[in-house]
Amino acid sequence: MSTLRNSLNFFSNFLIFPMTEPAITPELVAKHNLTPEEYAHAVEILGRTPSYTELGIFSVMWSEHCSYKNTRPLLKTFPTKSPKILVGAGEENAGIIDIGDGIAIAFKIESHNHPSAVEPFQGATTGVGGIVRDIFTMGARPVCAVNSLRFGPITANGESDLSNSKAEIANNRRLFAGVVSGIAHYGNCFGIPTVAGEVYFDKTYQGNPLVNAFCLGVLRHEQITRGAAKGVGNPVFYVGPATGRDGLAGAAFASQDLTEESAEQQRGAVQVGDPFMEKLVCEACLELLATGCVAGMQDMGAAGLTCSTCEMAARAGTGIEIELDKVPQRAPNMSSYEIMLSESQERMLIVVHKGREEEVKRIFDKWDLPWSEIGIITDTGHMVVRHGSKLVVDIPARKIADESPVYHRDAQEPEYLKAVRAFRLDGTPDLTNGTDATDALKRLLAWPSIASKNWVYRQYDHQVRDGSVVLPGSDAAVIRIKTDSLPVMSAELAAKVGDPKVSEKLIAMTVDCNGVYVYLDPYEGGKATVAEACRNLACSGALPLGATDNLNMANPHKPELFWQMRESVRGLAEACRAFNAPVTGGNCSLYNQSPAGPIDPTPTVAVVGVIEKLEHVTTQWFKDEGDAIILLGEIVDQADPILGLGGSAYLQVIHSKKTGSPPRCDLETAKTLHTTLLGLIQSGLVKSAHDCSDGGLAVALAESCISQLIARETPRLIGATVDLSAVAADVSPLHSKSGIDQSRLTSAATSQGARLDALLFGETQSRVVISCKALDALKVVERARLMGVPAVQIGKVGGDKLTVKTASGEFSAPLTELHDPWWNSIARAMA
Amino acid sequence: MNFSVLQFPASNCDQDAVHAVRLLGHNARLLWHKENSLGDADAVIVPGGFSYGDYLRCGAIARFSPVMQAVKQFADHGGLVLGICNGFQVLTEAGLLPGALIRNRDLQFHCENIFLKTATPDSPFTNKIPAGKILRVPIAHGEGCYFADEETLAKLKAGNQILWQYCDASGNLTDTANPNGALQNIAGICNERRNVAGLMPHPERACELALGSDDGKWIFESLFAALENRTGGAGGVVHGEPDVKVSRRNTSPLRM
Repeated sequence: MSTLRNSLNFFSNFLIFPMTEPAITPELVAKHNLTPEEYAHAVEILGRTPSYTELGIFSVMWSEHCSYKNTRPLLKTFPTKSPKILVGAGEENAGIIDIGDGIAIAFKIESHNHPSAVEPFQGATTGVGGIVRDIFTMGARPVCAVNSLRFGPITANGESDLSNSKAEIANNRRLFAGVVSGIAHYGNCFGIPTVAGEVYFDKTYQGNPLVNAFCLGVLRHEQITRGAAKGVGNPVFYVGPATGRDGLAGAAFASQDLTEESAEQQRGAVQVGDPFMEKLVCEACLELLATGCVAGMQDMGAAGLTCSTCEMAARAGTGIEIELDKVPQRAPNMSSYEIMLSESQERMLIVVHKGREEEVKRIFDKWDLPWSEIGIITDTGHMVVRHGSKLVVDIPARKIADESPVYHRDAQEPEYLKAVRAFRLDGTPDLTNGTDATDALKRLLAWPSIASKNWVYRQYDHQVRDGSVVLPGSDAAVIRIKTDSLPVMSAELAAKVGDPKVSEKLIAMTVDCNGVYVYLDPYEGGKATVAEACRNLACSGALPLGATDNLNMANPHKPELFWQMRESVRGLAEACRAFNAPVTGGNCSLYNQSPAGPIDPTPTVAVVGVIEKLEHVTTQWFKDEGDAIILLGEIVDQADPILGLGGSAYLQVIHSKKTGSPPRCDLETAKTLHTTLLGLIQSGLVKSAHDCSDGGLAVALAESCISQLIARETPRLIGATVDLSAVAADVSPLHSKSGIDQSRLTSAATSQGARLDALLFGETQSRVVISCKALDALKVVERARLMGVPAVQIGKVGGDKLTVKTASGEFSAPLTELHDPWWNSIARAMA
Repeated sequence: MNFSVLQFPASNCDQDAVHAVRLLGHNARLLWHKENSLGDADAVIVPGGFSYGDYLRCGAIARFSPVMQAVKQFADHGGLVLGICNGFQVLTEAGLLPGALIRNRDLQFHCENIFLKTATPDSPFTNKIPAGKILRVPIAHGEGCYFADEETLAKLKAGNQILWQYCDASGNLTDTANPNGALQNIAGICNERRNVAGLMPHPERACELALGSDDGKWIFESLFAALENRTGGAGGVVHGEPDVKVSRRNTSPLRM
């Protein structure tokens, strides 16, 4: 209380608000997206009316983007602990996980949806820049990037909704092209390989694209840097380019519904990225950290100078005092409000041990970077800002950072789910012959969400840093971590470590989310998202270490939309627990909603895993003629009344239906499959592994035949002959023992299971297509069955066709006819 | 052998070049762009990246850097200089190599493996490449379309200065094999004196099978062989300047 009174006195004595600053009215408060209750709480914290700048600070600090006020109760349900976690969720800018031998990885995913909707190129560049900064802020060297993108349809047909106009499609293409080139521009220049990603196209994202960027960095345990303003009396440095008016209050902008009007008005809220500057700042910061003179470091991301000063003081329990006149400024006559809320990019706040200021100057001069000593750490617990002779901000730092409001929103199951659950296949004609099946396969392969993303990743440098072991185009990317992946060591650490050479580590990563599943059943879809990511890792030979999530959701004030989010988080959390993939941090992006309505709930999840040995690295394409093709997992989930077709790509593309309960995701089954597959890979039996996801078994088989790329315009196509006619009855003899009704299985082959479309394109979960030497086939099948995984040899690798025999006939397609639509459809749409 | 790998502020393949040279058993160290001496370098690599951000034109600013003055002098005295990707761009901007690298014909950045045909073994950069061997090496550039006027092209051809060309898997110089629209499928060239070369592909990314190809090592092996020959006295180059030394060995490992 005394502090409050002191500051009150302080204000009444010295504070002279500039004449230009507007008076604080309820309208102004509302304009800052603060509710009357939130404003009242702010007044209570301050013990007085806030200044205009302070109002701006409360507005951004209590925006969803910075405070997670609507999502915190949900985020608490994620598993966040593991003995390997060195820095956990919510503690710092990014979580950190031990990978052995004193080495650790820092990673996180973050969204830049709204800025990308308004200005795709810059929105995407700054999305990459922000996440890369989050990683080197932790003291880690960023070594690879991944992204997850979603746009409205870029082709006129084959989507779930056919009513798209040419103008809308053109606009979707513009956004897609802009975002991809923005990511390429930033990542390529910075020098970080973009090694994996996913891209989906769906009407739901029209006008509100999703751009989620992930970055992973590497460091030694001792190099972990905290974003805490430690050490009373320590000087505070601002480094990086000057502050301008760009990106004013971007965090607040990101926390509103996107309307046409707001998009136009808010263009100024989009920042401009400069990857060259980021490269300099990153190298200089890593070099500075190696001197040991840094007490704390934090990037100026969302809410710029405000958030960085506040959070650093709050974390350390100290106060911080800065002078805005000392902040390098790019525009003339900037107000304190503007300086505090600017989101100019590539800036860092660094607290330096007193007496070692010269080292900052030396290193930042070497890199020709602006720096300025702008303040000092105090013991008051307050964030104090002076501008000229005026005191413009005096806020208890911990209170604003930690006492942000928390809302437990109302949740209500949406109406549409009734129809979704009632959906059956009766009105959906099955495929009747091989020609239809071939045609459907080609259409699915050409569907932009399934088609090869080479048009995208070819624009990203995915090989810089000499560490990319599995390039984009397989189930998961694999990078290796070698000595020069690590940041330079301080003399002290180098002496302690001795030989700087590290034994190489292999890290696999993937990002996934089937937004349609989540829309149709948020809980099952949430589970399926994590399961797919972990399945992709298992296919690459990796064991999950941890996950980072990006909840892309709509307006949480609407009970139906909040329900979607709550249920999907329940699914995600349960699955992360099951797969031992604790969440180390992430991002929430709410209010994803265009004039056409809310987006499908899209909780993207990136999972990172470790591969023990180079020999275990496995790719998705078939290798050699004569190899056996084995299906691990149940071919069709017979307990599912719509046989895995709910929410499937097949129903969307061939029948223009986006409905039906998505395939059930049983976590125990999934876990057994992943462990078994990993065991088989580690015993050296598996030559290729590809998971069945969008498009089901037929698409997985086709991709296994056509997805290897030797070089430009030089795919390696290798055929397969597959016989599924007897499979449904012969999935696994263990089934009867495990309580599944054998008679139902057999009858399925003749009745319901005989649906050709479900067999070929159903998306029953927990299935993987692997190949192995013909001689090993029996061993692989036996071992898998012993572990409780249904396994059956379904065919043989070889030839220049994909031939599939089923009970309803045989179909066959030359690989060149499958490869062309799959490989070229996005490029053709974008030409 | 000692390799100096230049480090402009936004070089980003500098570490990769150092890694490749060391992997193949030689010494490499980074040389900051503000340095004006090459020290005891036997050869210089101008690595890939974005030198000074390259917002103006790739390599347009780098040519003015202090270290590039030293590189020019080194090259003038016959020292071996290899420019990779951005390094190739810098060398053309600096006038050490003829022609220019312009925007790829489809205006997009391309990162992909390509096939390379070696046009002649007669250079310090190609002498060890097995005859007829098609190299599979990655590219990663947005401005790699080699361009020169007809006169320059004619001179390049007459002087046997075209070292590498984009080809298909069988070695044909087709248009589809050409990723960027480069004239004559040119991927890399050398100067008249044959001591300075540049190429758009990244051999340093293809020196280990773990990364998918080790074909790039042949280019480095060629350099090593050429340097060995020189220090062995055969066909050596006379060095007049005191700061250009070609034979001093430095066996101490350099910490990054």
